[in-house]
Amino acid sequence: MSENTLTTPKPFDWSSPEAAAIRKRRYAADRRLRLYGLASIITAIGLLGILIASLIITGHTAFVQTHIAVEFTVDPENVPADDPASGNFRAVVADAAQKLFPDVDDAAEQRVASRILSNGTPNILRDYVVANPEIIGQTITLKVPASDPFDQLNKGVIDRDLPEDRRRVSDTEIALFETLEERGLVTTPFNWGLFLNADSRFPELAGLAGAITGSFYALLVCFVISFPLGIAAAIYLEEFAPRNRWTDLVEVNINNLAAVPSIVFGLLGLAVFIQIFGLPRSAPLVGGLVLALMTLPTMIIVTRAALKSIPPSIREAALGVGASKHEVILHHVLPLAVPGILTGTIIGLAQALGETAPLLLIGMNAFLTSPPGGIMDPATALPTQIFIWADSPERGFVSRTSAAILVLLGFLIFMNAFAIYLRQRFERRW
Amino acid sequence: MTGYLFLAILALSLVAFYVGRSTANRFVAAHGAEVHSRPLYHGAFAAVWVGLPALILVVLWLLSQDGVIDRLILASLPSSLTEGASTSQLSLYLSEIKNVASGRIFSEPSPEIRAAAERYQRWHAIAGWAMVVVALSVSTIALYLARVRMAPKFRARQNFERALDIIMITSAVVAILVTIGIIVSLTYEALQFFMLVPPQEFFFGLNWEPQIAIREDQVAGTGAFGAVPVFTGTLLIAAIALIVAVPIGLLSALYLVEFASERFRGIVKPILEILAGVPTVVYGFFAILTVAPAIREAGSLIGLSISPNSALAAGGVMGIMILPFISSLSDDALRAVPQSMRDGSFALGATRAETITRVLLPAALPGIVGGVLLAASRAIGETMIVVMAAGLTATLTANPLDGVTTVTVQIVTLLIGDTSFDNPKTLSAFALGLVLFVSTLCLNVLALRIVRRYREKYE
Repeated sequence: MSENTLTTPKPFDWSSPEAAAIRKRRYAADRRLRLYGLASIITAIGLLGILIASLIITGHTAFVQTHIAVEFTVDPENVPADDPASGNFRAVVADAAQKLFPDVDDAAEQRVASRILSNGTPNILRDYVVANPEIIGQTITLKVPASDPFDQLNKGVIDRDLPEDRRRVSDTEIALFETLEERGLVTTPFNWGLFLNADSRFPELAGLAGAITGSFYALLVCFVISFPLGIAAAIYLEEFAPRNRWTDLVEVNINNLAAVPSIVFGLLGLAVFIQIFGLPRSAPLVGGLVLALMTLPTMIIVTRAALKSIPPSIREAALGVGASKHEVILHHVLPLAVPGILTGTIIGLAQALGETAPLLLIGMNAFLTSPPGGIMDPATALPTQIFIWADSPERGFVSRTSAAILVLLGFLIFMNAFAIYLRQRFERRW
Repeated sequence: MTGYLFLAILALSLVAFYVGRSTANRFVAAHGAEVHSRPLYHGAFAAVWVGLPALILVVLWLLSQDGVIDRLILASLPSSLTEGASTSQLSLYLSEIKNVASGRIFSEPSPEIRAAAERYQRWHAIAGWAMVVVALSVSTIALYLARVRMAPKFRARQNFERALDIIMITSAVVAILVTIGIIVSLTYEALQFFMLVPPQEFFFGLNWEPQIAIREDQVAGTGAFGAVPVFTGTLLIAAIALIVAVPIGLLSALYLVEFASERFRGIVKPILEILAGVPTVVYGFFAILTVAPAIREAGSLIGLSISPNSALAAGGVMGIMILPFISSLSDDALRAVPQSMRDGSFALGATRAETITRVLLPAALPGIVGGVLLAASRAIGETMIVVMAAGLTATLTANPLDGVTTVTVQIVTLLIGDTSFDNPKTLSAFALGLVLFVSTLCLNVLALRIVRRYREKYE
């Protein structure tokens, strides 16, 4: 009966060829998985690289602008000295364009010549003359932007070797432009207009000033509303609220709100702020309100996390010396949580800055040639400006769009870097 | 003027703060330690009493003023104009009155309209000044009342703290109000839509052509609101996005958690997070600038004709966008698996790959599924990539090389530049929005629940 029923396993020969083959297979599987992982990381980073590279390749040309030095004769006949703003600057510019090519007599060719200067030249000249009325009657040399096709030509975007019918500029136009180049009249300085001008139908004049101001106002409204509301709600939920079904519901609700598609917030803004309350369409006020509602859950979540990270010993010490619950929070917990809250705020605002869809629904994609003067004026924002330009057919807007994206990404990187700096500067280990 | 009013209220609160504090200081000088609260709290109490009611009043006033004036103006129009007029006609009158009032006159307005415009301007001015007067007098009365209540034994701290409590609870309630606002506004407009278009046509119809005649003399389609092609288009694009993002995201998370060194991880993780921070309008531009032409060219090389705004381009780029969500949520899920399970597996002689596929992945699966669901909800609700890169025509197809349209694209195209709320074209956007909200909400609730329950298992 005492027969041993235990069976010892068959001795396994670890050095046999079969075992070696199994081992090899298993190690190969191991290496394969590692390789797949590495490959997907490289793919992901490569995609980011392609994204940024394609933006820089198409966008960098928009940071410089072709200018042409033109002599304008500000004739008192065309520009009355007592009221320079009402002068006929179109005629002055037409004269100057003709004089640019003294040896061209053909009327058709002269029309071509006048197309080299930007359509906005009369306005530029008028602004200059109004600012310096003493030059009326004199001849001045101003550097004015070249129109889009010639700007593209100068930057090499338009290939001069293509057959004429597949190019946007004709051979005559290229020849005329080349004479200007030979005379040294063509320069390509940094394009300040990209930051100082508002939107325009003409790519060479279009800039981001309006969009940047609009975004600034919208973010200001968003901050003024979501920052205090978010902090107050978070303090209540984290420190005062009882734990029951209701607060549970609020918590689930806030987490869900953070994941609601942004376009739904746009629908809310459209139906409530614009239709019911009758606030103006396209206004940064409405945009900021909608963005504030979107940022609110984020604000509450990060503030709660920041409050939670303050150790209980601080609260207990303050309570121990007789502080009330409110005093504990206002005097001790909140000041210690401020760095965390600020970091979260900046990240939330950065998200709001990049949001497009809700702004489109409330109409912040208006075409405006001057920056908004306040939160009630019609405005665009940076992302909606990008959307408008991406839709524009002119070739020059492709590089403008990329450049605008680079500017937007620049703002985002700056904000995120500032948040990281704050976190590192004030991070405290307990 | 409103801005100055806010500044004035702020200044009054500051004044109240100083009044309160100096009053309390006098109490302290007279009664010493018998004073209940510190002078600071008397000041804060007065400031809250002066600032808060006035502020709330002004905000409510501003929100309701335009609506009230509009209604009064309409009521004041002569009955010859308003009798039997439809709502759209009335709103036309109103916008004409406002245009005249702000000086944008295109044609000579009728005398009634001109008179109404003058009334409009006058009432606006009156309302503006009335608001200033009311707000400032409310503040002053509040200051007086607060001053009267102050006494050495006055419990200023408790009073101030109660005000703080009310502020905080109100803020928390705002978050709920937002949700209620979303649900109410979407269902209200969607119900109006379903009164014009039967729900069964919307949910089961196979033909989506929302272009309808706005004016009677206009040539346009009669409008068909069968949303099935829109839903399938959305699902197709979201599926393509997930097919791109899930393997790449999951494998990179695996590599980062299990194989990578700390330094490699420290460099790669922030880079992947950049992908999540890029605004979606940028991805949309990337899709039309680079990806769609590349796909078209690749297709023409092998002899396929691909639509310029193919579902493949939009979905692929959306995949890049949701990739970081999947990788960071899988990362969290994998890290939550206790080290002892790895150690046990290694102790039995398993290789890393075997540990990952047989132990870690099954253990982390709920978390990963939760992450994928969250990413799917994002893909369904994502707007800008598809608005820029996907098509506008609703075709019922499963071919990723065709152009399809999505719910979000339709919402944006239906609502841009059109604000009248009484035709089915505009209202259908709200019905689509409601479907979008409900479906993403369900996905989110499910995903959050899975993720949370699973975390609790190991904690």
